[in-house]
Amino acid sequence: MLPVKETNHPEINIEKDPFSVRFKKGLKQWREVFPFLFLGLLGAGVFVIFPLIKGVIMSFQDYNIMPGAESPFVGLENYMRAFEDENFKYAVRNTILNTLVTVPVNWFFGLFFAVLINLHFVKYKITFRTLYYLPIITSWIVVAFLFRYLFADGDSGLINFMLLKAGLVNEPISWLQNQWTAMVVIWLFHIWKTVGWTVVIYLAALQGISKDIYEAAAIDGSDGFKTFRYITIPQLRPITAFVLINLVMGAFNIFPQVYFITNGGPMGQTEVLQSMIYKEAFNNFNFGYSSALSVMMGLTIFLITLAQQKKLGKNTDE
Amino acid sequence: MKTNPIAKVIVYMILILGVLVFITPFIYMILTTFVKGAYSLPRPSEVFSAVPNLDNYEVVWTKNNFFRFFLNSLLVAGVATVGSVFFGALTAYAFVRFTFPFKEFIFRVFIFTMMIPLVLAIVPQFTVVKSLGLVNTYYGLWLIYIGGGIVGSTFFLRGFFEKVPKELVESIVMDGGGNWRIFWNIYLPLSKPALGTMAIFAFSGTWDEYFVALTIIKDEMMRTLPIALMMFQGKYASNWSWIFAASIIAILPVIIIYIIFQKKFVQGGMNEGSVKG
Repeated sequence: MLPVKETNHPEINIEKDPFSVRFKKGLKQWREVFPFLFLGLLGAGVFVIFPLIKGVIMSFQDYNIMPGAESPFVGLENYMRAFEDENFKYAVRNTILNTLVTVPVNWFFGLFFAVLINLHFVKYKITFRTLYYLPIITSWIVVAFLFRYLFADGDSGLINFMLLKAGLVNEPISWLQNQWTAMVVIWLFHIWKTVGWTVVIYLAALQGISKDIYEAAAIDGSDGFKTFRYITIPQLRPITAFVLINLVMGAFNIFPQVYFITNGGPMGQTEVLQSMIYKEAFNNFNFGYSSALSVMMGLTIFLITLAQQKKLGKNTDE
Repeated sequence: MKTNPIAKVIVYMILILGVLVFITPFIYMILTTFVKGAYSLPRPSEVFSAVPNLDNYEVVWTKNNFFRFFLNSLLVAGVATVGSVFFGALTAYAFVRFTFPFKEFIFRVFIFTMMIPLVLAIVPQFTVVKSLGLVNTYYGLWLIYIGGGIVGSTFFLRGFFEKVPKELVESIVMDGGGNWRIFWNIYLPLSKPALGTMAIFAFSGTWDEYFVALTIIKDEMMRTLPIALMMFQGKYASNWSWIFAASIIAILPVIIIYIIFQKKFVQGGMNEGSVKG
């Protein structure tokens, strides 16, 4: 291809140029950016965008992964199937319950500890921060082992041991053998593993609030509680929107928490959407059905995020 | 400002209580690795009275090719980290520094994909790798890790790249430097903290990755640590001392890297606050 003649001055308004000039200019811009953009576009295209589109198509197929095998289109059959599936009901219920339980707790403790660490007289801020963040950087699998060990059956599990010592229970609890006690373990696991993230984000936000505002408030005779209510909370509003969206998405995407702790047991009663999607695909080879579940889940997350952004974004500066 | 000493004590007590909740399980895990011959669940009294020793670590390290799996993970996570940071930086640079048709549209598509759970993509990603003939190779893993992570790393780095002062860029342009020089000499060095943070995300994410590695890697000797850990746990289900010795070996690199880099990040963040006060 010949180099494009540089006839058009960059300051000329794009709207007024004829199409051919704009096209040439666009082509030139693309040639400049291409070496930098190409690999990123290729990677995202092949491993993110294409798989997502293909996933949607697969959800309408009786997909067969064997080469050369037929994958006939079956319309909405995969979607209909979900509503008769007992496991799907458990998965939806547990995913929603996990969100309702863990998001408020996570949010409250995250903000609470961040505010405490940020108090002006507290020393060793970095140490506290590091320790609170430790579970986040620890492997999911290792933390899952740890929770299974701590919540082990019988009086040798540390949690049972402590509860017995304290006289809170009369006999050891079989945590992972019953539906609701297993759910409690999963929730605790989720909160313990992720609350450090909320602490760190809020801590950064609190440190970003200008000291001048606090000084002005102190001069006006504002006490600690009033300052928190009328300065800190409004200042944190944009970051709260960000935190809540991420917490909801994190809770909705619960997967290793269940997969490594109960693997859905007892009898599929602790199953969540992602663990079910994974198992339908890779244990049962129902790729079409698995894709249909993913599409429904993806749509739900998308709608929740959109609604939250609309609702919470209104009062932010942007 | 004066603060009531009782309030101080209460705040510290709550903070330390929080630390205990986070740290006790780790301490209990470490103590468990000191228990010898734990073929069944050790009693808490045994765990608390265990004498520190490295016997179980030695057994685990030499047993079941654990050393091999450790090196495998190092290779997989190392290449994936360098690749993710480099290609993420390249793509972010393209979005920050250039204007081109459909830029806004492409970026919107990128953001859109971030809202969709990637579990939807695992099966098609696998079929892509399969059609490239890269099943059971690390190339297949790296392609998914780097390619699949490019959107997130671009989005993350773009925010930092936008803060690079324009004057610096202009000085390079004046010297007749091209886009590559601006990228290497201005954008990359000035974004070191962001690139470091990104590197930690990428490293800990791929070091701990289980599900993709399980579907792509079939050869036993090529397994990564998370898979080896699960297999190990399946084999020695009740020997918790060994399982946790293996676990600690597996999480140590990430924790060490985190603690080293953590200081730098926090200094940056804390200084901003203290300059004004």
